[in-house]
Amino acid sequence: MYDLSVITDAIHSFLAGFMPSWLTVTVECVLIGVGLLLAYALLALFYIYYERKFCAAIQCRLGPNRVGPWGLLQSFADMFKILIKELISLNNTDKFLFALAPYLVILASMLAFAVLPWGNGLQIIDFNIGIFFLLAVSSIGVLGILLAGWSSNNKFTLIGAMRSGAQMVSYELSISLSVITMVCLAGTMSVGGIVNEQADCWFIFKGHIPAIIAFIIYMIAGTAETNRGPFDLPEAESELTAGYHTEYSGIHFGFFYLAEYLNLFIVAGVASLLFFGGWMPFHVPGWDTFNHIMDYIPSVVWFLGKAIVLSGIIIWFKWTFPRLRIDQVLAMEWKYLMPIGLFNLALMTCCVVFGWHL
Amino acid sequence: MATLQEKIAKICPAATVAEVDGAPMITVDEAHWHDLAKALRDDEDLSMDYLVTIVGYDHVDTMGCVYYLMSTRHNTNLGVTVAATGDRTQPMLHSVTDLWNIAGLYEREVFDFFGIIFINNPDMRRLFLSIDWKGYPLRKDYDASPNINPVPVDNERQSDFTQSWVEGPDGKVEEKQLEVFGPDDFVVNIGPQHPATHGVLRFRTAVDGETIKKIDVYMGYIHRGIEKLCETQGYPQTLHYLDRMDYFSALNYHHGLCILYERAAGIEISRRAQVIRVMMDELSRIASHCLFMGTFCMDLGATSMLFYTLRVREQILDILERTCGARMTFNYDCVGGVMQDLDANFQHDVKELLKVLPANIKEYNKVFVGNVIAKNRMEGVGVLSREDAISYGVTGPNGRASGWACDIRKWRPYSIYPELQFDEITRTEGDSMARFKVRLAEIEQSARILEQLVDNIPEGEYLVKVPKVLKLPVGQWFQLVEGCRGVFGMHLESDGGTKPARLKFATPSLPAAGVVDHLTRGEKIADLITIGGSMDYIVPDMDR
Repeated sequence: MYDLSVITDAIHSFLAGFMPSWLTVTVECVLIGVGLLLAYALLALFYIYYERKFCAAIQCRLGPNRVGPWGLLQSFADMFKILIKELISLNNTDKFLFALAPYLVILASMLAFAVLPWGNGLQIIDFNIGIFFLLAVSSIGVLGILLAGWSSNNKFTLIGAMRSGAQMVSYELSISLSVITMVCLAGTMSVGGIVNEQADCWFIFKGHIPAIIAFIIYMIAGTAETNRGPFDLPEAESELTAGYHTEYSGIHFGFFYLAEYLNLFIVAGVASLLFFGGWMPFHVPGWDTFNHIMDYIPSVVWFLGKAIVLSGIIIWFKWTFPRLRIDQVLAMEWKYLMPIGLFNLALMTCCVVFGWHL
Repeated sequence: MATLQEKIAKICPAATVAEVDGAPMITVDEAHWHDLAKALRDDEDLSMDYLVTIVGYDHVDTMGCVYYLMSTRHNTNLGVTVAATGDRTQPMLHSVTDLWNIAGLYEREVFDFFGIIFINNPDMRRLFLSIDWKGYPLRKDYDASPNINPVPVDNERQSDFTQSWVEGPDGKVEEKQLEVFGPDDFVVNIGPQHPATHGVLRFRTAVDGETIKKIDVYMGYIHRGIEKLCETQGYPQTLHYLDRMDYFSALNYHHGLCILYERAAGIEISRRAQVIRVMMDELSRIASHCLFMGTFCMDLGATSMLFYTLRVREQILDILERTCGARMTFNYDCVGGVMQDLDANFQHDVKELLKVLPANIKEYNKVFVGNVIAKNRMEGVGVLSREDAISYGVTGPNGRASGWACDIRKWRPYSIYPELQFDEITRTEGDSMARFKVRLAEIEQSARILEQLVDNIPEGEYLVKVPKVLKLPVGQWFQLVEGCRGVFGMHLESDGGTKPARLKFATPSLPAAGVVDHLTRGEKIADLITIGGSMDYIVPDMDR
């Protein structure tokens, strides 16, 4: 398997050759920041196009097909449109918090990008509490949504923010529980460690029953966490017009919009990390030739492919199911998902302790 | 008739009974009206439990109301004419809100247009016009000059108060101010511009967290004064306004008004025209129910369903377009028959439609009705009991979902409906799911009617000769038809001229919106959307 750290190491040694070490680190940070922003923007554009085509297929439509070949340039056109839109400033709002909120939301998803296992050796930071860091930073997003709803001084946004606060804080529990379940199997919280643990067999097969339960809980809670249908209550357009971001315009609205898609990618990316090996190719213990062939597919392709397929499932949810009601959403979490998650954690612990896994 | 006369003489000797348009019409003075109304509703042999509509009138020397009542138990109907007391500055009548819940809204409408005050009605605000409107438009001496009511250029005026005229124990009537919302209520404006109100309707919703405490339905944003306009147009011209009321039952409404005029003028139309009219009615019923399902599911967040239902609706609109030349405002039925003959491919197109319908209905059931989230959102939400449905005058599929067999095609058959085989769908649950399922099943029944007629369209003329300028004799008529959303009533008063002296339309959407407050108390905000969507009201239909 090609280790991409060769490239990063080469860049590092090239820079270190004629720069003091503090400058090297600064330049690398800038490079990574630019690369991350680029990846962020491109992924968002891709996801907008992907969802449009996907839902069009479900709804017997064609989807975007006029701008560029197969409508490929549609999301670029929309992006430019949203960039040149006026940022409408409103009276009687908390101006500072109103402006801050979209940046908090986008910040949360950008920070989460830092620990995703993009490829073999292609990881921005790999430290021993990686997955914990990810859970922590992704919770900043709810703060932005709450601030957006509160500072807009609008009753719809307030109700939207209230719903989102209740929903995201609740589902955070299930996400954490299923993550802990998988950490229990991996024995490490380092993202790189979790991926390497799956070198012989992905966790979804290795952990069998508890892993599958954890995967289902994770997907449901992850959908709720990204505020997507059928859990899109914070912005339920038929009830609250646009929920917490009703009053936003221009690129500030665009940030919420992008963050929604990127969170979709992050949730799918973490699912692929925890259950499907991150960038790790599909390996079957004992089938050495097969495993070797699989290694020829680049690790970045593996990771992106898994993330896109898994986010496809979440998109599929949205275009199939009607929306839940707030009491049903909360009942589902507190009455079903969390107790099952706790039980599942115990089950996984037993499996690990008694060695009932592959 | 004779027994009714005796009965009424016993209950209220002051009342007289005459026959108007084949039905009894009781005339009573204001002092005895409320007692008579109570007796009419509560008497075992009469039990007039359904108030169809209240029609205000202004005969220059007198003003008053005609109440149309029906008995769901005995299948009888009658009218009551009551003249208001007091002079034109403040005519008064006793309210019957305590007897029929829907009377509250109907009385507000009469107050809005005629200025008749209803004593003891707890909410005597204008219903459609803005609160600072000067004059009462349907009075014969109304001055429509734009100087009196200029087009407003500033913000809409609104008030958290309403007035009520209350009769004390000594019989003295006093005006009182009442609060609609208290200063501590958290009132959210759902509408007039809102994706789920299906038009410019406004629910002022007092909420406690996510729970709804009270809803004040605020309508009139699409009020165009159709009844007033009709008084200035010749009879055939009035037909065209009906397209603009419930635009999804345009053909059904046209059919009804044509029947009314033909009855009044004594015109017999050909059988071919009758069959064509009924087929068009049923086609638009399927299209309307398809649209309902699509938009309702979209309200619940299941966006994809809209495309599946619109697929069928498109096919129907194509059929209608080929014959009527339009997809929305058809203007197809006219006095004496229909505007033009059927398209050459009409039968073929309808058969094609009938072929694809069963598969589509099966798909709707599979995609939506069986879905666990849809079940949780709809079952047991907004339960309307049969008694409430009748008292609130909620007809059509909504009433039938509550177990009230109120299909005018069966109840008061018109045109060729008595000859046709079809079932009246009723359910007992009365919740949002029942309202959805009734409509789904009604599509099947409409398809059944089409199947019976598609090969049996008789030859003949589609339009009989009628005078270009229609002149109706002096008299009063009342006609009911089944629109896509329920009972559509028309009251016509003619002074022998070429224009109606008074034409009143009683539409099914007004009671459907009026009952929303009753259904949503204590439910969640999301349930308001479910309930509002399942009632399937059309805003231009209620505002007229």
